[in-house]
Amino acid sequence: MKFKNELLTEYFEDKLAVVGLVVFTILAIFAIAPALFSYQNPYDLTQLYLENSFQAPNANYWLGTDEQGRDIFSAIMYGLRVSLYVGFASTILSVIIGFTLGLISGYYGGWVDTIIMRIADIQLSFPAILIALIIMALWGAGIGKIIIAITIVNWVYYARTARGVVLSEKEKDYAQSAKALGMSNFSIIFKEIMPNTTAPIIVIATVRIAVAIILEATLSFLGLGVPITEPSLGSLIANGYQVLFSGYWWTSVFPGIILMVLIISINLIGDRSRDIMNPRLKR
Amino acid sequence: MTKYILNRLFHSALVMLTISFIVFFIMFKAGDPVELMLPPDATQQDVVDMRAALGLDKSFIVQYQKFLVNVSQGNLGNSFIYGQPALDIVFERMPATMELAVIAMILSILIGIPLGIISSIKPNSITSRIIMFFSLAGISVPVFWTGMILVLIFSVILGVLPSSGRGEVYLFTSAFTWDGIRHLIMPVVTLAVFQLALILRLTRTGMMEVLMQDYIKLAAAKGVPRKVIVYYHALKNTLIPLITIIGIQFGQLVAFTIVTETIFAWPGTGKLIIDSIQNLDRPIVVAYLLVISFIFVAINFMVDVLYTFVDPRVRV
Repeated sequence: MKFKNELLTEYFEDKLAVVGLVVFTILAIFAIAPALFSYQNPYDLTQLYLENSFQAPNANYWLGTDEQGRDIFSAIMYGLRVSLYVGFASTILSVIIGFTLGLISGYYGGWVDTIIMRIADIQLSFPAILIALIIMALWGAGIGKIIIAITIVNWVYYARTARGVVLSEKEKDYAQSAKALGMSNFSIIFKEIMPNTTAPIIVIATVRIAVAIILEATLSFLGLGVPITEPSLGSLIANGYQVLFSGYWWTSVFPGIILMVLIISINLIGDRSRDIMNPRLKR
Repeated sequence: MTKYILNRLFHSALVMLTISFIVFFIMFKAGDPVELMLPPDATQQDVVDMRAALGLDKSFIVQYQKFLVNVSQGNLGNSFIYGQPALDIVFERMPATMELAVIAMILSILIGIPLGIISSIKPNSITSRIIMFFSLAGISVPVFWTGMILVLIFSVILGVLPSSGRGEVYLFTSAFTWDGIRHLIMPVVTLAVFQLALILRLTRTGMMEVLMQDYIKLAAAKGVPRKVIVYYHALKNTLIPLITIIGIQFGQLVAFTIVTETIFAWPGTGKLIIDSIQNLDRPIVVAYLLVISFIFVAINFMVDVLYTFVDPRVRV
């Protein structure tokens, strides 16, 4: 294992990966403080004027307006916030749940392992989109609900990875000696083994944030994700798609471009981290 | 071998049983459909009578048993909207969905694998970098967004391709008529982009890992031509894990027809399920879930069995 500084230096050797990081940082700043950059609060109805509806991109409204006279640029800032919030919240939740279950499953083995991994197997044989779709169809749209739905489909990936690492780590000398020293199982799992499982989990989590954001956007596009009163990039696109044939392309195309840029930047970061941490690709 | 297949078959049956339970449980929890089925002016007595007639007043276990018996007889009830047996409607729509998924898969394999090989041989060349950037874009673009942009360019702006429907169908597919092919292009491309990029990237990673193995170095040292090493020795071992992935990805494709069919108003099962969810047409939703689950379980079973034939190491 290399030192952190060395890993960072290696990361910056790839120009595309640096671009990804820079773009992502900018988008993240927009998402954290959308009010600083936007022309209006797009969800404050007192700031919307119907006579401004469906304006093509111009000097006042850089990216045009939608049917309610809402500034698309401002809506994108706020939409980014919802998309990133759902992506991160669901990823953090699924890491916590999946990681814990994977550690327990790998460490204890036996029937605990069998049950957890059987559930994971069955779930993995179904496309995530289908499972999430059914959950959302049952519950109805909502930010909290979609976070839980994405967590339900995503915990499996972390559980599997964590379990795999634990299986190989628990036989190693340090874990065995910790056991011989009389450390409790809890301490061995969370203090000794866990630090060694974080690298692969972080790599997967980076990629899965992108997957979570796409999943949310797709469900919102189908009308089963985030409600239109608090739109994410996905619901903005869905909203704009309804008027695409009337020629108001800017209402859906601009949110879509930002969504795509966001996902690409995250995937560039994820790709690079994976390459750095995968010793099998080292010559 | 026979024992292994039987074992997998048993496992598959168990998974199907679990799924039937989950589907039934979801349906049970979703509340009772009686009020949706009766006219708005129905009396309280009508509701009670209908619940009794449908067996909805029985306990969960009794209802589940009845459900299983019905399923085994292929009876999943009539659609609330269409009034026909739900299973028939799902089967009727299936060819349109399979057509999209199969053509998209073939396209992804035929383009993805060769590009993956090219980008693995000289990973740092300009060509590889360009391929890799586009493949990254390919896995980053949400399916619905690809579809939308295609519609915008080819239907709204250029007006050269139809944005909805299946076109003229000959036999069971629209791939045999010119009108049908014009309708197929955009949905198939929409569906294929992600798969193509994914297969490309997996082929590349696999090839790169295999090319670094000792036996490849040995073959090179023995003087085996580079072409033979790449296209015979390395490719053979890369394709084995790919079979599993392609199998699983076919399931993904079928699932993503939900999105594609919604965008292009394609009259397949994907559009059917979204419409039925919105219309609360429960028998259709249940029939769809069971049929689609059966397809996934069958694919997984076939992949597992196929795998043992191509990879002797798995044979136990």
